[in-house]
Parts: sequence; C-alpha cells; structure tokens
Amino acid sequence: MTSIALSAYRAPELRLPRLLAGVSYHHLTGLSEHEQLYGPLPLPAVSPRQGRTWRQQPSRLIEVVERSGLTGRGGAGFPAGRKMRSVAAARGRAVVVANGAESEPASCKDRLLLTRAPHLVLDGITLAAYAVGADEAHLVVHGNEAELMDSLEDAAADREALGVDPVPIQITGIPGRYVSSEQSSIIQYLNGGPAKPTFSPPRPHERGVRGRPTLVNNVETLAHLALIARYGDGWFRGIGPPAEPGSALITVGGAVNRPGVYEIEMGTPISQVVTLAGGLSERLQAVLVGGYFGAWLPADLAWPVPMTHPDLRAVGGAMGAGMVTALPISSCALAETARVVSYLTEESAGQCGPCMFGLPALADALIELAYEGGWGRTVRTIAALLPLIEQRGACRHPDGVTQLVRSALTTFAADARWHDQHGPCYGVSRAPLLPVPADEEREWGWT
Amino acid sequence: MAGMRAAGPDVSYRLRVNPIACTGHGVCAELLPEVIELDPWGYPILLSPDVPASVLDHARRAVDACPTLALLMEDVTGPQG
Repeated sequence: MTSIALSAYRAPELRLPRLLAGVSYHHLTGLSEHEQLYGPLPLPAVSPRQGRTWRQQPSRLIEVVERSGLTGRGGAGFPAGRKMRSVAAARGRAVVVANGAESEPASCKDRLLLTRAPHLVLDGITLAAYAVGADEAHLVVHGNEAELMDSLEDAAADREALGVDPVPIQITGIPGRYVSSEQSSIIQYLNGGPAKPTFSPPRPHERGVRGRPTLVNNVETLAHLALIARYGDGWFRGIGPPAEPGSALITVGGAVNRPGVYEIEMGTPISQVVTLAGGLSERLQAVLVGGYFGAWLPADLAWPVPMTHPDLRAVGGAMGAGMVTALPISSCALAETARVVSYLTEESAGQCGPCMFGLPALADALIELAYEGGWGRTVRTIAALLPLIEQRGACRHPDGVTQLVRSALTTFAADARWHDQHGPCYGVSRAPLLPVPADEEREWGWT
Repeated sequence: MAGMRAAGPDVSYRLRVNPIACTGHGVCAELLPEVIELDPWGYPILLSPDVPASVLDHARRAVDACPTLALLMEDVTGPQG
C-alpha cells in the first residue's frame, strides 16, 4: 500500500496537487481508491445526489466547463467547453475520442496519468460522452506500448464489472508514429484507414468517426473535466490566472536535478517550474518550451515567463502539451535541433510534397551546419528552405518543424554563424540531451 | 473579358491546394502562372489565394485540368454578397 494524502472523500481545497493527488511513483490508483479520493462519478445513474454544481443535465455540464475556462491540454489550448458545445450541436449521434497517444518524446504526462490515475481519464471520457450525447467512446493510445494497453484494459474491466460507464469505453492501440496522434490521423485509423493525417475540412466536430460529429480531447483535458464536474467551475478557477485558470501537467527535462512530470498552477513562471524539478544541474543556456513543435528561448528571456498559452506565445514560445527542457551551456543547440529535426523528418507521413521533400533538405542542411560546418552558406540555405515548407501541409507537422528551426536560428544566431564559418563547436561531442527514440523502439508502419 | 461576368465586387473566389492529393504534375502553374509558381520539387505555391477577376477563367481551366483534382476553387462570397 501507499500513503494517500486524502484519507476519505471530501471536496478538496483549491490547492495542488489536483490530478496527481493520489499519485505516487509505483502505484496505480485503483477504482475504489480513486472514488475515496475524489468521490463517485457525478452522473445521475451512478450517484443521484452528486454533481450539485451542474444539476445533472448535459447542457448544464457544458456550461460549467465553459465557465471553468478549461483549455485543451494537448497542445492547441482551445477552449474545451466551446469544443463540446459545437459537437453537441452538430447533427447526428456524437462519438468521443480520448487522445492518449503521446507521440512527443519530450513529454510523458499523458502516460503518467494513464498508468497512475486512469480512472480520472475514464471518468472524463464518460462525462464528455454524457455532455455531448455520445453513444460511442474510444480511448486511443500507442498500440506498441503493450503494458499501458493491458493496464487500461484492466481498469476498463473493473468499471464494467460495476457498471460505472453507461457508454462502454473501447481501448484502441494506434501505430506508434509521431503524426499518428494528430486528431485526423486517429479518426482515419478508427475509420479503417492508415493513421495518417487527412485534408480538412471536414473537421472532426463536423464529420469524424464514421461521419459522425466527434469530440477529440487530450486525456489530461478529460481528467480535468472529471474534477470540474465534481467540484464545479469556481473550484477550478480557484488557482491560475483568469484567462487560463486551473492546473496543468508539465514534463520537465534536460539539465535539471529531478526531471519528471509536475502539476503546476497555470501561469507559474518557468523559473519556478525548474525549481520544482530540483533546480538546474548545470548552467543554463536556453530553454525549449512546448516540445518539438515548440520553440527555443534564451535563458534570460524564458526565466520569468508565466506558463500559459498567451504568455509563451508573446515571447515567441509555445506552451504545446506542457514541456520545459533546460539546455545547459555545454550542449550544442544546433546539434540538438538537427537530431530532433532528423527524427521528425523520418516521422513525416510523406503525403504532402513540401513535407516529403522539404524536411529532408532541411534536416540535411542542419546536420551539415551542426556537425560539419557550413562554408558560410548553410544558414542562408536553411533560411531559404523555411518558407518553402511553411503552411503547405495538410497537418501541422511541417509547420511545427519550421517553428523549432526558426527559433533555433534566432536564439542561437551567433552559434549558427560560428558553425557556418568555422565548423562545429565542442558541444557537438556531448551526449545528446533531447530524447529521440532509438530505432529499435520505433514503429515504422501506419496500420 | 469573360472572367468579369462572374466576379463582381461582391463575388470572390479563393484557390486551395489539397497537398495530400497533389503529386506535383505542375499543370496548374502552366495554365495559371499569374497566381501559381512551382517550388524546387515541382509542387504549387499560391502567390495569393484570391483569384483576380481577370484570370478567373484561367483559374477554372487549371482546376479542371489537375490530374489529381488537387486544386480547389472555393466561393468565398461574403454574407452581404
């Protein structure tokens, strides 16, 4: 057994942790423990007197989510309530898809939730299905993560035995590719096709799984929903800035003493997020925010920035799915960027010309600049490639890559010039910092 | 010019490329060089998504000629139009 902070159910105070209240390192919070911690699922069928905050009507639940100010935690930061409302309003029976396919190598917050507190996510799926009137619900993860699939099947079976979920939740494994977790990829896969992005419109909320209006939410977003439905929008807004309230799971990595997932109050400055992770283990050069579709920020610029979508965007960064990676001065940022871009290039679905041809050209030029030096022309080559790639793909993959590269050329402009004229710096021989999956761990198919 | 008849001040058309369908034949750039250029790999770059009235007929021909039906022209007439 493990030590649990809250011994019996009670409306928790406004403080942290919220999602991670029952989480300890090697322990999965089972269904009964989950209910003890947070209270029963507030659905009419399950607990008629629960859910006082939204009076047991689907439209009321959507209203509460809208008032809570919850934003999507998968990267885009779109208002969760508005998305629900458009799915609920669309013609036809809705489908709910929970996206737990965490493709980003620099993130592990979705895996943490799914392996330690799966019932928060499963509650969220059931509540979302209730809110939008869905009669079909999927939880999608990477199929090559067998242990995760098994533990989720077990959690779903526990709930089925007790009849917790009116709409059964189907656990689906999709190919473990970077772009397979893009929402149109997931929908194409659930419709029997390859897990590759599709051309839009139609968007999922209009026509998704089998042509039906489909709500696709990140699993962390749904876990927040599970708590908002229990404790209300006022509780949710009790922490964090009014524009983007609540808490968020942040994966902190790189040159910090205790890398890992931390639940923060929205708007916590990056400096404090690093402190939570045990502080810096080396002198800081720069911070990568928002993961591989995010941006590099110079250390002094990044340090005071509050972690919200608008604050990070204002300084040229991105919140993404909540990643903070500290780059020490001993690392070569160009080598790190080149390795990541090479990985992302291999992960392209190869459907759109500019991505299929532009990304390899970009990756080659970056590798040359980082590891060989550029004879004074490679930076120009890279800068000329970017506009040929941007905004020309069906999905955000090519634009995510160019955003990362642009931020590298800005933040490390002096380094780039030095590499271009004199050859690689000492930092290129340092062990890689940013995680990229090893070839043997990767999946190469799409079906 | 023939193109003038359809595109008054309240009617406008916008081009889009379906990048998944497009395989870089380049027919569109040949038929509509005013609006479409090819990138180094032979895929179309729209210089401006809006179709000037003067080349509307050429744009229609380019849309019809695309072997993969990847060039789309959408009516973006405003609500007052």
